[in-house]
Amino acid sequence: MGQPAIEEAHLTSLTAATAARSSASSEHSLVVEDLRVHYDTPEGVIKAVDGVSLALKPGERLALVGESGSGKSTLAMALMRLTKAPGRIVAGHIYLGGKDITLLEEPEMRQLRLNEIALVPQGAMNSLNPVMRVKHQIIDGILDHVADRKQTPDSHELEERVNRLLARVGLSPEVGRMFPHELSGGMKQRVAMAIAISLSPRVIVADEPTSALDVVVQRQIMQTLGRLQQGLDAAVILIGHDMGLVAQFANRVGVMYAGKLVELGPVQQIFTEPLHPYTKLLIESLPNLEEKKKFIGIPGLPPTLLRLPSGCVFHPRCPSFIKGTCETVAPHYQEVRPERETSCHLYAGVRA
Amino acid sequence: MRFAQRFFVAVVGNYVFRRVLFFLFVVWLASTVIFIIPRLSGQDPVKEKLLLEAQRGGHLQSGFEDMARTYQKRFGLDRPIWIQYRNFILDLAQFDLGPSIAFFPRTVNDILMDSLVWTIGLLGTVTILSFVIGTLSGALLGWPRAPGYFKYLFGPLLTLSAIPFYLLALLLVFLFAFRFSIFPLFGGYGIGKVPDFSLDFALQVLRHAILPAMSIILASIGFWALGMRGMMVTMQGSDFMVQAEAKGLKAGRIFLRYALRNALLPQTTALALSLGTVLTGAVLVEVVFRYPGLGNTLYQAIRLSDFFIIRGFVFAVIVSLALATLIVDITYPLLDPRVKYRKG
Amino acid sequence: MATTYIEPVVKPGPQNWVERNRLRILPIYRYMRRNPSLVWGIGILLSLLLFVGYGTLFYPHERFRPLSADVRLPPSTTYPFGTDTQGRDIFAVMVRGIPLTLRIGLIAGGIGLVLGTSLGFIAAYYGGWVDAAIRTVVDVGLTIPGLLILILIAVNVKGGLSVDQMGLAVATVAWVHPARTIRSQVLVMREQLYVEIARLSGVSGLGIVFREMMPNLMPYLAASFVGSVGAAILASIGLEALGLGPFDSPTLGMTVYFNIVFSSVVVGMWWWLVPPIAAMAMIFVGLFLIASGLDEWANPRLRKRI
Repeated sequence: MGQPAIEEAHLTSLTAATAARSSASSEHSLVVEDLRVHYDTPEGVIKAVDGVSLALKPGERLALVGESGSGKSTLAMALMRLTKAPGRIVAGHIYLGGKDITLLEEPEMRQLRLNEIALVPQGAMNSLNPVMRVKHQIIDGILDHVADRKQTPDSHELEERVNRLLARVGLSPEVGRMFPHELSGGMKQRVAMAIAISLSPRVIVADEPTSALDVVVQRQIMQTLGRLQQGLDAAVILIGHDMGLVAQFANRVGVMYAGKLVELGPVQQIFTEPLHPYTKLLIESLPNLEEKKKFIGIPGLPPTLLRLPSGCVFHPRCPSFIKGTCETVAPHYQEVRPERETSCHLYAGVRA
Repeated sequence: MRFAQRFFVAVVGNYVFRRVLFFLFVVWLASTVIFIIPRLSGQDPVKEKLLLEAQRGGHLQSGFEDMARTYQKRFGLDRPIWIQYRNFILDLAQFDLGPSIAFFPRTVNDILMDSLVWTIGLLGTVTILSFVIGTLSGALLGWPRAPGYFKYLFGPLLTLSAIPFYLLALLLVFLFAFRFSIFPLFGGYGIGKVPDFSLDFALQVLRHAILPAMSIILASIGFWALGMRGMMVTMQGSDFMVQAEAKGLKAGRIFLRYALRNALLPQTTALALSLGTVLTGAVLVEVVFRYPGLGNTLYQAIRLSDFFIIRGFVFAVIVSLALATLIVDITYPLLDPRVKYRKG
Repeated sequence: MATTYIEPVVKPGPQNWVERNRLRILPIYRYMRRNPSLVWGIGILLSLLLFVGYGTLFYPHERFRPLSADVRLPPSTTYPFGTDTQGRDIFAVMVRGIPLTLRIGLIAGGIGLVLGTSLGFIAAYYGGWVDAAIRTVVDVGLTIPGLLILILIAVNVKGGLSVDQMGLAVATVAWVHPARTIRSQVLVMREQLYVEIARLSGVSGLGIVFREMMPNLMPYLAASFVGSVGAAILASIGLEALGLGPFDSPTLGMTVYFNIVFSSVVVGMWWWLVPPIAAMAMIFVGLFLIASGLDEWANPRLRKRI
């Protein structure tokens, strides 16, 4: 290897980084700058998230898609600073409302969680405490974020707030008195959403919120989520692998592969004109309701994150592989067209 | 007819009902086993005792022969086995455990009652103390955000949990009663002292109870702590724990209401299951310390070949344990809202 | 055509057994570092066995019988552990007694495991009323402490129990816990996909049992066995301490019994009390550590990272 500097390309999307530093905090709800999350295992270092940068405007819906192991869930957890050992954030910054949360101490971060950034987890099957009633689980989040003791709402106020929150997600007040195991999957997910919006956060991170639900309920939940988000003018990061849902819900779509963000752009354009070869294959593999075609998959397997391929991580499976370039040099992630970002040698040298 | 059927189903399906039924079944099964085992060996405890005394050239208490005759009428081996069995069960149902062979004319009930008080006093307090202390220690051990120095307790607790009660008892007796003469060697109170309600007596009781109590407590704490720690560690990975953190809840609240509260459920079940072990351990501890509880009574009964006391002891213990398990079972749904009192 | 004989060239390479078998030893060594409980547990038991081995080979251990020596002698060079109130050489008692106690544990634990596993398996695999029946018996067995039943049995056997009889007797109550554990495990495994696949591929019932399930049950079997042995030894010592054991045998429990009867503590004969306590402590702690170590095997999530 003779090109370590280029191999280990630490260059971030110049556009995103400049935008972050030059914008006032009110312009972007969330800015991620060259984030790297690594897991230290006895077998080696797993680079679960390896240099991801993105920016989220208020009220925007960004979907992050990718195969299992692409790093999307790790990213979601990192945004909440919930990365657990042996994982850790090794480099990069996350700016929430202008504040760099990677530098915060745990007590300060704790205050920000739920208040500024909230999580709607995957499969609320187990996300709710089995021995507490629903309303108490909504209330405790509120109580633990009260600024000082004198402002603690009394039980009557709390009861009202809970009922209002439940109503906003389409649940009756009786649900508050129930235990989680008495609720259906969809209802539990609604409760999770009620909790997530209880303090009107700036950003909502939804980590595959509908994976465990059936199709009809999925639609209802996504609609509710959309409605809630609009009501708050919050930004939503939707993590998932269901392209159909993504198409209906998101404004922008980001595609992740092997810990890297390979493409980012407005949803329509991603579907009609994908730039990165991986995205192209993904779109093509979607079954089409209009035509009858053979099922196309993506040949090969995702790489093990322990030993990533040299150069561009997708090169072993890429149909547009350029010999000599793709396996030696990692492409930069950059804006190649207005609002279209990608990292691929096919577009190298093309600047917006 | 339909209503009666529905009623029947509702009652039979009822959690409490089934537990009570199980309790009665255990008691019945125990009685039957207690009945059968001696019959298998063909020995007659009364005759045995008579023989024994004749060999030793000792005297028999007056009235013993009358008792022997009465016994023969009810349980003699010449009677049909069904009659014997029926009489036996009837007696047990009325809590009549029969006469004592060694301490005649006192009845087994009498003798057991005397020692029961001591055992319950010791066991009751000790079990509660060790459960509470052990569970709390275990919970803190399993909590990653607990103060660092706490972790050093893990090793000793681990070792302690491996040691059976009476082993520890022997060790403690050796160390603190013999070597360092801090605590009395045995008994429930000073030699020659007659039990009364004075403060002096109460203090003596306490002093004598400390070593037996410590053996049981130290040995049990390790067990509870380990179990609780294991539960807490398992809890850490649960989805709702992650969510609790994502909600930005305070650490104390997460520890108490989310982790501890949930880990307590299997811990309580373990408590119910362990009652038997705790009791047998306590019995042996009493033997080591000559503490005047049930254990010591059993020991004396074995030495004096008083089979009726032994039998009565076994039955009484089984019933108590089954009852305690029943109580824990019935109150469990109060802790865990997922278990309902009515099935379906 | 004649083959030319070529002198083998002596290459510089591994010089001794350890280096030659590097690749085989390294994983073992790494495992030992990762699982100290298992290693320590086995180590403790091994040292006990070494003690017994040494004693059996080099020590006049027939002196375990009463009246082999003067009574109440403190430890000396002739009698390293001293003698008791009946003239037994305590060192000899240990050399003879430890294997006896272990034997009771192994017999009872072994039979208990086989019996318990079979019953647990049958209950889980066949379900229905068979399962209900076995489950009820197990539930009852768990509520009633085994020691009580053992007491009843022991009291009724004419002339007391011999060592092997004790083993058998303890086995009758030792099977309950393994039965329960194995039953739960098999219930879980029965639902697993690989069993389903094996069944669909036409593997016979028994084939599934031995080829698919057994290997996965091994950790639980091993842990249950260690647990059974420990519990069996505990029960047997308890029984003996109460005076219901084999009077002529120098088992650990009987030694404890005599200690209590003759109030060794009161008369200051500490050398009589300490060896059995130490031996028992080593046995139980050793078994416990082995069980913890096996736990780690059964539950990969508990594995530490070096």
